[in-house]
Amino acid sequence: MNTSLRLAIAALLCVTAVGCAKKAVKTQPSGNTESTSQPTTGGSTEAGGYKETDLTSDSCLRQRVIYFDLDKTEIKGEFQAQIACHSKFIRQFPNYNVTLEGNADERGSREYNLGLGERRGNAVQSGLSSAGAPGNQLNVVSYGEERPTCKDHSEDCWSKNRRVEIVYTKN
Amino acid sequence: MRAKPLIRFANHLLCLLALSLLGLGPALAQAPQAGLSSDVPTIVINTGTAAQLKIAVVPFAFEAAGAPVETDVSDVVRMDLSRSGTFAPLDKKDVVEFPTRGNDIKYATWNLLKQQFIAVGRVTDADGGAMRVEFELYDVAKQERLLGLAITGQRSDLRGVGHQIADLIYEKITGLRGAFWTRVAYVTAAGVSPNINYALMVADSDGYNPQVLVKSREPLLSPSWSPDGKKLAYVSFERGDSAIYIQEIATGSRQVVSNRKGINGAPAFSPDGSKLALTLSYLGNPDIFIMDLASRELKRVTNHFSIDTEAQWMPDGQSLVFTSDRSGKPQLYTVSTAGGDATRLTFQGEYNAKSSISYDGKKFAMAQGTGNVYRIAVLDRSKSAAGMNVLSPGSVDESPSFAPNGSMLLYAATDGPRGVLYAVSADGRVRQRLVLADGDVREPSWGPFRQR
Repeated sequence: MNTSLRLAIAALLCVTAVGCAKKAVKTQPSGNTESTSQPTTGGSTEAGGYKETDLTSDSCLRQRVIYFDLDKTEIKGEFQAQIACHSKFIRQFPNYNVTLEGNADERGSREYNLGLGERRGNAVQSGLSSAGAPGNQLNVVSYGEERPTCKDHSEDCWSKNRRVEIVYTKN
Repeated sequence: MRAKPLIRFANHLLCLLALSLLGLGPALAQAPQAGLSSDVPTIVINTGTAAQLKIAVVPFAFEAAGAPVETDVSDVVRMDLSRSGTFAPLDKKDVVEFPTRGNDIKYATWNLLKQQFIAVGRVTDADGGAMRVEFELYDVAKQERLLGLAITGQRSDLRGVGHQIADLIYEKITGLRGAFWTRVAYVTAAGVSPNINYALMVADSDGYNPQVLVKSREPLLSPSWSPDGKKLAYVSFERGDSAIYIQEIATGSRQVVSNRKGINGAPAFSPDGSKLALTLSYLGNPDIFIMDLASRELKRVTNHFSIDTEAQWMPDGQSLVFTSDRSGKPQLYTVSTAGGDATRLTFQGEYNAKSSISYDGKKFAMAQGTGNVYRIAVLDRSKSAAGMNVLSPGSVDESPSFAPNGSMLLYAATDGPRGVLYAVSADGRVRQRLVLADGDVREPSWGPFRQR
């Protein structure tokens, strides 16, 4: 029990640490905080402001899926630029609501995977919030393993299903 | 809706592959026996260590007026007994004599065929267009009658009559109540994302007579039977997010009982039917709650930052078994329905989730993951060395559900991209695939005993 408690506390610390890392992105939005930031997206997040039409044309905003490692809920460095640009757009356009659809791969039980999908959705929500997106525009829905994009029993397919989809709705 | 059987059975190689995978040793493995005839369900039997009971179910005579019925009641009985794993019924093609009454049985013949039991019967007319099925069960060695009964049913429900006869034979010989005359619920998904049509189905325990209860364009999951078998609780995403519904099977009328923010999942009726255990995440992360169904009041049972879900009631209604990843990966835990500390139940296996508890509270089936392979495992706490017995070969097996007498389980597996259901005897000796017409099938849930 002691061991598991310690593990749990360690896990909590990890989550907290991830939260801090996201805040760092917010305070230094110049795009070079992470070595893994995608160079193609640096320009648009630096720009003064988005136009509404950028949602469908901007190379960063058009990326709406964040992928996760097995059993993991932290947002990998390569997706920090995506988090930054979406949070900027969301903050700029209060008439848009965003649903973060959490998903899991097929392995394991369906109800547990609902929980995993929600965890991932929450991680993206907290990432967006930390980067400045107002919480009242964000909503998390977990679909667990119920909405796979592929059905092969392979890591290649599983890695595509461990994802959060960023879905915009205009009010 | 009464459909023609949409189900057929395919044989499956269990023995050598599964046993070698599970490391149970070559001593248990034997060549598969020949299946039954080609137009009826075929199963492969692994004879294991204990002997299976040999019974000859002689085709029942049709002595009623009018056209013969489609259903051969004795076929239903034979297949039920075979599926249980406890019996090895004589192949229909090997039945050489056709007695229909006890007096007609020539015991020497059945002794020669090494049969321990023989069942004979006949179908006659009953009042109001119904059919009366009379049957007798004999002990071959003792030449003694064990049962002599008649069951009356509608012409359209002769499969139901067959299941009841199989239950009576099973109980007479094993002492354990039969569970063939029961129903199962499951979820089907047809089509490709984003145009998937989901359906919640109910069928006989052998998969015949499937009925659609709910159709939806959004995911359906986790059907759970009320103890009286009249209602199902389930999760539907038809409102956009998860919500728990309770639906009457006979009338189709239903109510939303939980649609809070976040996850509304894993409903499970208490043994007395008055409460529902469920998973809710509206307070931040998934925890187990109990809802009083009359007042709809919620009581929180677990309070932990891990994922706690998939609560199942122990038969006494005093505690729950649930899945939690509080130790890292999912494992099974028990907790009093009054709340308090949870006790870890499973220690063997990296990943253990979604329990199903046998009626006596001694066996816990679960989806067990090791690496990328997920199989159905059973923890038997009635044995001194509480080891895990693995019942399925994997690799994406989940959702075990015990029959109400604990003799068999249903579970979900995959065949390429398709979900399929298997029935497996609780000792793992007999496994049979249920192939349904509707494509992807998952989330089996075995219903309670039925009352005549």
